[in-house]
Amino acid sequence: MRASIKRAGRRPLFLIGLVITLLLLGVALLSLVWTPFPPAKMNIIHKLKPPLSFGLLGTDHFGRDVASLLMAGAWNSLSTSFLAVALGASVGTLAGVVTAMRRGWLEVIVMRGCDIIFAVPPILSAMMLAAFIGGGRFTAIIAIGVFMVPVFARLTLSAALQVWTRDYVTAAIGVGQSKLRITWNHVLPNISSQIIVQVTIQLGLAILTEAGLSFLGLGLAPPAPSWGRMLAEAQTYLGQAPWLALLPGLAIALAVLGLNMLGDGLRDILDPRDQN
Amino acid sequence: MISILIRRTISLIVTLLVVSLLIFTVMDLLPGDPAAIMLGTSASPDTLAALQHQLGLDQPLPIRYLAWLGGVLQGDLGQSYTYGVPVSGLILERLAVTLPLAVLAMVLSVAVAVPLGVQAARRHNGPFDAVAGVFSYVSIAVPAFWVGLLLIIAFSTMLGWLPAGGFPGWDAGLWPGLKALLLPAVALALPQAGVLTRVARAAVLDVMNEDFVRTARAKGLSEGTAIWRHAVPNALIPVVTMLGLQFTFLIAGAVLVENVFNLPGLGRLAFQALSQRDIAVMQDVVLFFSALVIVMNFLVDLAYLAIDPRLRAGAQ
Repeated sequence: MRASIKRAGRRPLFLIGLVITLLLLGVALLSLVWTPFPPAKMNIIHKLKPPLSFGLLGTDHFGRDVASLLMAGAWNSLSTSFLAVALGASVGTLAGVVTAMRRGWLEVIVMRGCDIIFAVPPILSAMMLAAFIGGGRFTAIIAIGVFMVPVFARLTLSAALQVWTRDYVTAAIGVGQSKLRITWNHVLPNISSQIIVQVTIQLGLAILTEAGLSFLGLGLAPPAPSWGRMLAEAQTYLGQAPWLALLPGLAIALAVLGLNMLGDGLRDILDPRDQN
Repeated sequence: MISILIRRTISLIVTLLVVSLLIFTVMDLLPGDPAAIMLGTSASPDTLAALQHQLGLDQPLPIRYLAWLGGVLQGDLGQSYTYGVPVSGLILERLAVTLPLAVLAMVLSVAVAVPLGVQAARRHNGPFDAVAGVFSYVSIAVPAFWVGLLLIIAFSTMLGWLPAGGFPGWDAGLWPGLKALLLPAVALALPQAGVLTRVARAAVLDVMNEDFVRTARAKGLSEGTAIWRHAVPNALIPVVTMLGLQFTFLIAGAVLVENVFNLPGLGRLAFQALSQRDIAVMQDVVLFFSALVIVMNFLVDLAYLAIDPRLRAGAQ
């Protein structure tokens, strides 16, 4: 553990990713208690003001403060993505470790199932869902989360299968431990670092997908601010107010960049092949 | 080899069948009656029942699925509820936009990523490698539809060089068509290029120290020839694989980018079908996209077997 922390200090990738992610998280949490203006407050007289002329980052077509919208959007985007990844990671990991424990026909079914889920891009499954229950946070979480299940199922299955071949597992079987107990005591702890890395990277992907869904109007319902919808609304004012299209995109890119760097950095640090 | 091929093909067919059943059932189980949607709220119960009968909606689910599947297999995808025309015609018409867009994006991304990845591997840990690394990090993180918006601001609004959206149709000529697809393709290609650069760099680094590359150098070939003639072809396998795996994301990106640029492609068709609750079109477009992804992965698998004889032995 201490060696890992020491290694972390020497990885610029990890550190930059961590700083960006913490900053983002900080802004998102801050938006729950404070934003410069109430994000939904319209001020038509001051609409489409460029950055610094009204508020820090200007105003949109309703005269809403862009900085406040971005802050509140950070919370909405992060929380939706987090719930989606939590859904995908928990169901996927459960499927993966149980399959590694049982193998046989279950493995065939789970792997085929993964292929099938993977064949429907989340944007399309969200559209199918939205056709009936409408867009919204729930639709986005289910569509993104379901798509992430195969990612985690495949990862944990192959990682868990490796653990099952280890000597200490054979020893545990020898002393009569149940498969469930071995999975809990040996398999899960040994694959947890890979799961953590994957969660970080998938969070980035979830933010991108959530932004796409909101852009199409399938994400969070208005007036709750979201980065994707801000971009969709900015489309009408590209010539007049290009900053409206610039800022939310920058926020998305920065968030994804930070999470990807953090994930890659974590992988470098936690990778057992790298521990000498 | 033949037995592997047969096994893979059977698995492909089963996967396609299950996906089609899944899509059909999901669309069916979710609340909402297509007939009621088509007729609106003011329709009388008799009219509603008549339309339900006409659309076959009064039949049980398995019968409807088999009828739909039978139609799909014969190229009859049913009628669009809102356009009143065959869905197959609609899909073909829209494919004439989406397919060139996807191909153009793929070509662009490979054209950028492979040279960049190879050069980064040749000068790895140098400044060029660092720049390529930053490029791939940033391009993976930016949403394609946002890049589309930025390109419109730069090349349409400010410079006025390229159209901001719309598609003149291929009847207007090759160049106007390509011109309309250029910015969307660049937007779509950028995230792909980032992923591929990474894969190409890692793959070239992997093979650069292999014996056959050392032999190529030892027999006096220049570094460039040794790399491009011997290392790169071998490094292409992971790149091709990634291209196949990224296909899902290319399609997802196309749905968004077509909406940004107002292109009458398949993605936009799916989106319009959604806003109009045209379930027949939704079903078929989702099935079409999914089948495309499945077949693409199947082809990558086959390409694998064709390229690497070791896998043929291993796949038994």
